[in-house]
Amino acid sequence: MATPKPQELFASINHRPPKKDWMDVPVEIKPGRYCYAANPKSLEIVGFPHAREWNPLDDDWKLPENWKEIIIQGIKERLERFRSFKIFMDICVRCGACADKCHFFIGSGDPKNMPVLRAELLRSIYRGEFTRAGKILGRFAGARDLTPEVIKEWWYYFFQCTECRRCSVFCPYGIDTAEITIIGRELLNLLGLNIDWIATPVANCYRTGNHLGIQPHAFKDMIDFFCDDIEEITGIRPEPSFNKKGADILFITPSGDVFADPGTYTCMGYLMLFHYLKEEYGLEVTWSTYASEGGNFGFFTSHEMMKRLNAKMYMEAKRLGVKWILGGECGHMWRVIHQYMATMQHDTMGDLDFLEEPVSPITGTRFENARATKMVHIVEFTADLIKHGKLKLDKSRNDNLIMTFHDSCNPSRGMGLLEEPRYIIKNTCNHFYEMPENTIREQTFCCGGGAGLNAGENEELRMMGGLPRANAVKYVHEKYGVNMLGCICAIDRAVLPNLMDYWVPGVQVTGIHELVGNALLLPGEQERETNLRGEPLPGKEDM
Amino acid sequence: MKAIYSLFLVFALVLVALLGAGAGGMHYLFGVIIPYVAVVLFVAGFVMRVIRWGKSPVPFRIPTTCGQEFSLPWIKQNKIDNPSTTWGVILRMFFEIVLFRSLFRNTRVELHDGPKLAYASNKWLWLFALLFHYSFLTIFLRHMRLFTEPVPGFFQALESVDGMLQIGVPSLYLTDVVIVVAATYLFLRRVVIPQVRYVSLPADYFPLFLILGIVLSGIFMRYFVKTDIVSVKELTMGLVTFHPRIPEGVGTIFYIHVFLVSVLLIYFPFSKLMHMGGVFLSPTRNLANNNRMKIHVNPWNYPVKVHTYEAYEDEFREKMVEAGLPVEKPLEQQPENKE
Ligand code: HEM
Ligand code: SF4
Ligand code: SF4
Repeated sequence: MATPKPQELFASINHRPPKKDWMDVPVEIKPGRYCYAANPKSLEIVGFPHAREWNPLDDDWKLPENWKEIIIQGIKERLERFRSFKIFMDICVRCGACADKCHFFIGSGDPKNMPVLRAELLRSIYRGEFTRAGKILGRFAGARDLTPEVIKEWWYYFFQCTECRRCSVFCPYGIDTAEITIIGRELLNLLGLNIDWIATPVANCYRTGNHLGIQPHAFKDMIDFFCDDIEEITGIRPEPSFNKKGADILFITPSGDVFADPGTYTCMGYLMLFHYLKEEYGLEVTWSTYASEGGNFGFFTSHEMMKRLNAKMYMEAKRLGVKWILGGECGHMWRVIHQYMATMQHDTMGDLDFLEEPVSPITGTRFENARATKMVHIVEFTADLIKHGKLKLDKSRNDNLIMTFHDSCNPSRGMGLLEEPRYIIKNTCNHFYEMPENTIREQTFCCGGGAGLNAGENEELRMMGGLPRANAVKYVHEKYGVNMLGCICAIDRAVLPNLMDYWVPGVQVTGIHELVGNALLLPGEQERETNLRGEPLPGKEDM
Repeated sequence: MKAIYSLFLVFALVLVALLGAGAGGMHYLFGVIIPYVAVVLFVAGFVMRVIRWGKSPVPFRIPTTCGQEFSLPWIKQNKIDNPSTTWGVILRMFFEIVLFRSLFRNTRVELHDGPKLAYASNKWLWLFALLFHYSFLTIFLRHMRLFTEPVPGFFQALESVDGMLQIGVPSLYLTDVVIVVAATYLFLRRVVIPQVRYVSLPADYFPLFLILGIVLSGIFMRYFVKTDIVSVKELTMGLVTFHPRIPEGVGTIFYIHVFLVSVLLIYFPFSKLMHMGGVFLSPTRNLANNNRMKIHVNPWNYPVKVHTYEAYEDEFREKMVEAGLPVEKPLEQQPENKE
């Protein structure tokens, strides 16, 4: 299935739902919109139940015999554990305010991608099995029977939600469909129904410490390789340390930054910044090959798997005896760190007394907002350095860039990290334009590939889901000539280039620390001819 | 279709009251027993539902942040949409509950050739939702004059403000008009906006029709088939003082009105109308975004299987040493308990 051309895809979007009631429209699993089933081996590595070969296009999904019992029991347990789930099951008034807020609905027109209906897929079963009104009145009260068809529908639509929480911003009760998707996926995992783009990274991460299964020596090699490039461009070679006991700070970033362009340039930016801080201020930052993944695809699987993968961060910080942890640019990684990590690890790590309250040794700034969990976002850290004039920057080296900034879902709606990245951009670039206000900050649109949906086989879905984001970029591209889209998320850096090529050719994607790396004047550096991408710097084009 | 079912259901309820209290003359049943039962079921149902919610813990602190977080001292925090203190949360909840803050953000997406997407402002739902709820609240409070003696000044004042236009006799209440208009709007948007129609259940039309039924029967009683208000007050005072009695001269229309209210009360705790309670408990709104400042404790947190550093080093020790990475246990004394 080739993905249709942009004009065709756009022309095919129809926001008018069909005549037939949604409960009577059977699910049709469309190629291009779903991701392949999980490889059973990956599920086995982490001990997940009912691992098997199955194909979403087959009639028979080889569900375990007692699948119904498992689901009902699973719902029951989660109702008892999550007040959010219980309340969100009970109070939706179907006002429809969330309906056209979801990028997947906007881009696909599939009515079951309206957040309210996505939630109703599960709510209808909840009503039928757990509420008196639903048991007695059945369909009149919005209840329906639990059948294998329902499971298929869940699987199809819960893996068409990127857990971006945009719907939650507009709901008068804050109903967060992401929360329902998270729980829905947990239920599906009880039946062995995951997608491979999540299950395999999870297995890799569990065993080798990162999603891509990069082993320790290879991890170090890759970073060394970046150091070669930096040396070539600047004449200075950073000397990062790995697994170093007694370092000041442990740095953890998503492995995507180590692996794929343009994240790699962001990674070079980190390396240059740390080198600079070491030379100028004696700060010792160490990388870990064990906790070499900031991202956490466990979050897209189940709360338990999230905890299992996340445990490495504090365990490694404790083993190495660092003062506090610094986290790289990543979206869902930061949702996990900010809203879940210290809570989850509290049973084994307690109040984290082995770490210190984070203070920037360079500016003396106390990171009040991270005083208990002791993990600081690198964008907060760098913004503080710039504010105190601790970095020598030459903005003009980024003069070829006409920037705009894409707020990633999780840092904006699960944290509120809005001004810091903008501050860094404005201090490293001369040209910056915002996209329209309905598409940024807390109202930002997802890249279309979050929550583990950045596979190749669902490209059509990603292009649909990414449409609102791309369209806003198109607006500033046409109006101001924007040619570079900044972001602070590794999944963005993987998803957006492809999305831009499709909808807005001519716009590239960058992490914020790539901008820092380009602007930063390293002590003793040679005159640079190119930027980190090896492209000639502004003014040096014809050399 | 779903709307019609619900409409018939409300008609059927009217008919029940008409036959029971009107033709059947079962005034005590409709004027005393059913209202008492309804109030008891409402209170018990409401409380049980809230307790049931409360029994489930909030394992994680998951506010949806809608503005700048509290961070560096020179960055301005949005203290209402991204509160980091209890006071901030109280303000956020205040705006949410009293002014429907989130609904105020509403937009409507439009597709244009280009391809181009546009987001049009769309505040009608917000406006009519507010009008609907506030007129409902005012009408509810105005009714307190039937349950108090002497009537407190507040309720009297409310009544005169509401009737200040002084149109007709008895003078027209503003809220009577507003609630009919607003509820009609809410109903019409449900059938006219294709997406909203698609997601609507019979259970979404039913409360609207029921409330409209209550309002219309009330209006009818006040302005058209006048009922003896003195007798009605005698009845209602009898109910609140637990000396229930049925005075002469109370018309059937009153029993219809009261029966519909009773049905609403009974229906309330089992339905989406519980959003009234739920909105206060929604974890995405009622928690401060102080996640990294204060560790939130999950009462059911349980130990999980993790991949320890030791197991990791055991697997990769040789490669690590070769690459010059530090290890805990040197190669030569590598133990045989390799995993
Ligand atoms: C704290 C109190 C309450 C708050 C904050 C609240 C808030 C809201 C909001 C924001 C909506 C969505 C907008 C809309 O569809 O109109 C709504 C809908 C609704 N509310 Fe309330 N509400 C409250 C109490 C009540 C009460 C006491 C009733 C009546 C018994 C009620 C009846 C309704 C109905 C029927 C709807 C659905 C309207 C429709 O079908 O479109 N609400 N409420
Ligand atoms: S905005 Fe909230 S209440 Fe309205 S339909 Fe969506 S989830 Fe339900
Ligand atoms: S969380 Fe995002 S992707 Fe999921 S339903 Fe809501 S708006 Fe859509």
